[in-house]
Amino acid sequence: MDKHINAPMRDEEIRTLRAGDYVYITGKIYTARDAAHKRMDEALQKGEELPVNLEGNIIYYMGPSPAREGRVIGSAGPTTSSRMDKYTPGFLDIGLKGMIGKGRRSAEVIDSMVKNKAVYFAAVGGAGALLSRSIKSSKIIAYEDLGTEAIRELEVNNFPVIVVIDSEGNNLYEIVNCADAQAGHQPSGW
Amino acid sequence: MRIVQTPVITENIKEMCVEANHYLSEDMKAAFSQAAESEKTPLGRRILNQLNENLQIAAEDMIPICQDTGMAVIFMEIGQEVHFEGGILEDAVNEGVRQGYTEGFLRKSVVRDPLIRENTKDNTPAVIHYEIVSGDQVKITVAPKGFGSENMSRIFMLKPADGIEGVKEAVLTAVREAGPNACPPMVVGVGIGGTFEKCAWMAKKALTRPINEHSSIPYIREMEEELLDKINMTGIGPGGLGGSTTAFGVNINTYPTHIAGLPVAVNICCHVNRHVIRII
Repeated sequence: MDKHINAPMRDEEIRTLRAGDYVYITGKIYTARDAAHKRMDEALQKGEELPVNLEGNIIYYMGPSPAREGRVIGSAGPTTSSRMDKYTPGFLDIGLKGMIGKGRRSAEVIDSMVKNKAVYFAAVGGAGALLSRSIKSSKIIAYEDLGTEAIRELEVNNFPVIVVIDSEGNNLYEIVNCADAQAGHQPSGW
Repeated sequence: MRIVQTPVITENIKEMCVEANHYLSEDMKAAFSQAAESEKTPLGRRILNQLNENLQIAAEDMIPICQDTGMAVIFMEIGQEVHFEGGILEDAVNEGVRQGYTEGFLRKSVVRDPLIRENTKDNTPAVIHYEIVSGDQVKITVAPKGFGSENMSRIFMLKPADGIEGVKEAVLTAVREAGPNACPPMVVGVGIGGTFEKCAWMAKKALTRPINEHSSIPYIREMEEELLDKINMTGIGPGGLGGSTTAFGVNINTYPTHIAGLPVAVNICCHVNRHVIRII
């Protein structure tokens, strides 16, 4: 079912999201991928403050291509989330509520999502040109030296995603897998 | 003997890097349109329509199809009658990549050392595969490779006794494990035979063959068709979110191998299967 939500997210809103929902996000989200995760994790280990307050916020696993002149951003689709799994439970414990990426998550991440009532969205991988149209502004707020991997604050308007893992741990990828195993053919119903 | 000036190689590779990242080949575009009609699930169709729209936006707005504009994989098939002048060929190729990625607003995704991981900031060096062939021409294939799918690729050193069923199971295992991570619908390049590195090279090169063209070996062609059907029965679907379109094509290349071995490489490519070919 189609839903519209705002970012940062409120707990009441998160609870209504179910695996398989098609969701349009409006508001502010933050990009971070491999190198920014590593750096933020190191900061946390040292007891330093993070460059972005994660509470209630959504991280988008994305490193854009460079913007042409007069454009907000370049191509801007999701990268594979599992590379961030190692760092994710620590971020969820300090208030991260949403993640946008693509692909499977580890059991540790899913357990932590259920514990912390967070949600994992997939954006359509390889649709970076289309997705860039929902990004209204982009500003580097930390780790500029990381280039495409810097942390960006994005203002998004009706950014299209699909709930893959909801705050109760229901997992759309697993539902797809089970349908394959049981029926030996494609599932139906979405 | 024919003399080819290396600055000509640079200029062509520069243009090909930009072209590959903004426009897919006709066979790929046709596969998208066909899948949007044949896909069985509503969410799958919705995603395929988005991917079609994405291709249109990329071409109209000159914005890369995918933000992962890849590591530049370049096949150079060089006629043995060709003599290069004007500088070292390898430098000319990398200069083309450098210019294409910096002037073409493409993402720089290459790190100089695999463990120290400092970005080279111009997407060089490319991965270059040279072949010496007959004739006096140079065939260049530029195939930028994204790593979402590259990371899900596999090599299996099977035993001869594993046979054709073992090969099929290896391909299906790689595809199932890749699942949503590899940005399906995928294109699956397979190399069978040769040695450890030869089968990987064949699998990569298989991705540059048009997906509507099959192997000229009858039983391999049958295997390509059978595997495509089986992959599309997994239910992984567009984006890994369920559906009947998990792959657009399976391309298999083969080579003689050793009496003791049956190497199989499965190089998975996402739906942004980019390659531009020019003959100079």
